[in-house]
Formats: sequence, C-alpha cells, structure tokens
Amino acid sequence: MSDLVNISVGNAALTAVLGYAVVFFGIVLLCGVIALSGKILSSKKQPAAVSEPTARMAGRPAPGSAGELKLYDTDPRDAAMIMAIVADTLGKPLNELRFISIREVKEDEV
Amino acid sequence: MNILDTLRNLAMESGFAAFFVTDGGWKNLVMIIIAFVLLYLGIAKKFEPLLLCGIAFGCLLTNLSYFVGMGENALYHPELWTAFLDEASPYYHSYGHIMSNAGLLDFFYIGVKAGIYPSLIFLGVGAMTDFGPLIANPKSFLLGASAQLGVFFAFFGAVLLGFSGPEAASTGIIGGADGPTAIFLTTKLAPQLLGPIAIAAYSYMALIPLIQPPIMKLMTTEEMRKVEMVQSREVSKKEKILFPIIVATFVILLLPSTAPLIGCLMLGNLFRECGVTERLSDTAQNALMNIVTIFLSTSVGATMVAQNFLNLKTAGIILLGLIAFAISTVGGLLGGIIMYKTSGGKINPLIGSAGVSAVPMAARVSQDVGKKYNKSNYLLMHAMGPNVAGVIGSAIAAGFLLSVFGG
Repeated sequence: MSDLVNISVGNAALTAVLGYAVVFFGIVLLCGVIALSGKILSSKKQPAAVSEPTARMAGRPAPGSAGELKLYDTDPRDAAMIMAIVADTLGKPLNELRFISIREVKEDEV
Repeated sequence: MNILDTLRNLAMESGFAAFFVTDGGWKNLVMIIIAFVLLYLGIAKKFEPLLLCGIAFGCLLTNLSYFVGMGENALYHPELWTAFLDEASPYYHSYGHIMSNAGLLDFFYIGVKAGIYPSLIFLGVGAMTDFGPLIANPKSFLLGASAQLGVFFAFFGAVLLGFSGPEAASTGIIGGADGPTAIFLTTKLAPQLLGPIAIAAYSYMALIPLIQPPIMKLMTTEEMRKVEMVQSREVSKKEKILFPIIVATFVILLLPSTAPLIGCLMLGNLFRECGVTERLSDTAQNALMNIVTIFLSTSVGATMVAQNFLNLKTAGIILLGLIAFAISTVGGLLGGIIMYKTSGGKINPLIGSAGVSAVPMAARVSQDVGKKYNKSNYLLMHAMGPNVAGVIGSAIAAGFLLSVFGG
C-alpha cells in the first residue's frame, strides 16, 4: 500500500499505460457488444421493412433519421438548422431539448 | 455587567477581528476574494454557473465562519473530517462524531463523502442523455476511450511533481472533463484536494471553447476539417432500452468499482428510454438534479478552507488540470485522425475532441469548428456519440484508478 502512496516514477508510468489500456480494452469490448446487439436487432427488423409497399413509405420518416427525431419531407441539413435556431432562441443547450419530429408544412396545408 | 467588556468581547469574537488575531486569518481574506472572483466568473461570465455559484458561495461561507482556533460557529469543520480519515484517531470513520459536532455544511458534505451526490448527478445525466448517436455508431466509443489520454498523462505528471499516488490519480481525473467523476474519485482517494480539483475541473470545462479550438486547428488539416459525414442510421426503441442494461451489466462486471457511477448513469437512462417511467425520468432530470446540485456545489465549496487551499499543491493541480484537458483533446483528435485515415476520409476527425466528455460543450465546439471551414457541415449529432462515450470512458478510468489506489 505504501508503495502506491509513495509511488515511484517507473510504477507511475506502468500504471498510466496499464490504465489507458484497461480503458481501451473495456471500451473496445463494449463497442463490440453494442455493435453486435445493434446488428441482431436491425436484422430482425429488416424483412418487415422490405415487405411494406412503397406507397405507404411516403409518409414515413426519412431513412437517415437519427435517434428519436423523425424527419418528414425535411432535409437533414434544414432539420439541423431548425434545431439550432430553436435552441438558440430558447437559450437552452441542444441536448436539453427533445425534438420528436420535424415536418415540412406544405402551402396547401397553411 | 461591564458594557465595555461585553463590546470588547463581541469585537474580538467577530470575524473581522479573526482576520488579524487568529493564526493565518489573512488567508481567509484571500479565500473570500477568491470566492468573489468565482462568483463573478459564474454570474457575469457564465462559467458553469449552476455549479460555480454554489461552489463559490460554499467557499465564502466556510471562510467567513471558520478560523483556526475559533471553530465553534463554523459551518464546516475540517478537523472533524481529518479525524474521520485518520486511522489512529478514535473517531476514524465515525459519522456519529461528525453528526454530534457538525455545522450545516458538514451535514451537506456527508453526501459527498458517502459518494451519494456524484452518483445522483449521474442518475440525472443518464436521464438527460440520448445515447442514440453512440448506438448508431458504436465506433464512437473508441474516441471516448482515446480522449482519456490526458487522465493518465496528468497522473504521471503529478507523480513527477511529487504528489502521492492517490493525489496524482485524483488530479489526473480532471482530464476526464467530468465533474461528478472527479469529485467521486477525489472524495475516495484524496479528500483534502477536493476543492482545488473541483474548481479546476469545472473551470476548464467552462473554458473548453477556448482550450480546444487551437489544438484542433493545430492537429488537423483544412481538408480533414471540411469532411461531411453521412447521417447515422435510425436507432430503434428496443436498442435504446437494451443499451443501459447491457452497458451496466458489462462495465460493472468488468470493473466493479465503477458500479456507483455507471449504475446510476444507466439507471437514469433506462428511466428515460423504457417509456413507462416518465415521471421518474422527469424527476431525475429536473427536481432531483437541481436539489443535488445545490448540496454538491455548496459542500464542495465548503472544503476550500484557507489552510488547505492556499498552497503550492493547488497551483500544481490548476496547471496539471489544464495539461490534462489539452492532452485529452489531443488523444481524442488522434483517435479521430486514425478513424479518418482508416475510413478513407469519411469521418471528420474534429469529432474526436468531443470524446473528452464535458457534455454537450465539447460536441458544440466540434460543430462550431467544423462549420467554420465548411458552412454546410453539421457535426453536432456525430460528435454527441464520442461525447457521451467520454462519460463512460472517464467513469472506467476512475474505476481503474479507484481499484488501484483505493485499496
């Protein structure tokens, strides 16, 4: 224990390298597990998506929709800009806001 | 009753006299000025105001009420906590002794000492965090790991400066850019350094928009900074519910010492994502988070007792903290550059700097710097992946240091 309190420079270097390696080891394994679970879950989802008629897909979220945010007839760049403007106007950090969906309002809907 | 004697006694017992008659009373005056400066930074400059205002006021209250040899009216008693940690003392680990002699801020500090507040803050952080970008792109995890470089670099630097192992570990964790993690580890390993470490961690987190951009520009080419990334895939509800369960199970089994932080972080996230505990999620994000922030910040500020704070070690911690932040940014960017090369230029290395945790400030810096070089570049959601991975990475780093030095 006193070796660790009055740690030598050599031991400190070893601990630092080992610590960084442990962080990487843990994270790499975690990354693998999350990637694997994502693949398993998305492979289960795929057949149903393929069988849906194209016509019904029109009103669905864009394939690129990330996280919970659904984009309807909205370009991702426009969506990012809208979110940034809303956050700026409200004076709130973006991660404290929850955007559910962004939909383009057509002229005939106004 | 002699009125003159009474007035004289009142004057001698006042804090004004204590500045001049007690041993090192002038140091309290310096700490009060430091508290004013921190209040100014929190209120006028908006440096992490939710934390810094409480820390500064806790520091002010302690140094107004505690003078060496005049502790009877103090709100915080450092000697109680010294006895609490001294194995030779009859009051070693005696909460009873603390409770029967405590001032108000001693009571608050029990929550820090027991590791309750940082864990509850993590519960709120988990409830506030959308891990979707990380689940959509699990490779982001690697950037969260590579950005822990500063933790171990600063740890080594602190040992070179003559810090003990536990003190060096607590100083190094500033590089994780995660306040609750730094407070949690320091309370366990080197509680006497809690004040300067918390101040360094939160101040540098607030200064990330100033610290990171020059390093980002130095380490990347203009071509790299202009890279536009394709939007991430959609993440299903099921994946989001499974994520906290998988991470908690896996990380706690790997490093049991991370259980309080990772456990609470993932519990909060499960409340958010499972869809049946909205009330709990809302409480964790708002009411609980705010209440705990008040207790945590004031009690951390209370530890900034003049006699413990004004020394060369504090200067060393402030310096090493800055180095830790800078090296962590370098580590994250190096990870980003490697991913840029291996992906054939599809990943913008600027998102690597967001791996230093400090959610969401670091991700916003990646977005701002990227946009400066390519107006149509939107890196924010891509940077949120490494950013939240950094929270997990710094908790793992803290868990490792705790298991080595917490013996």
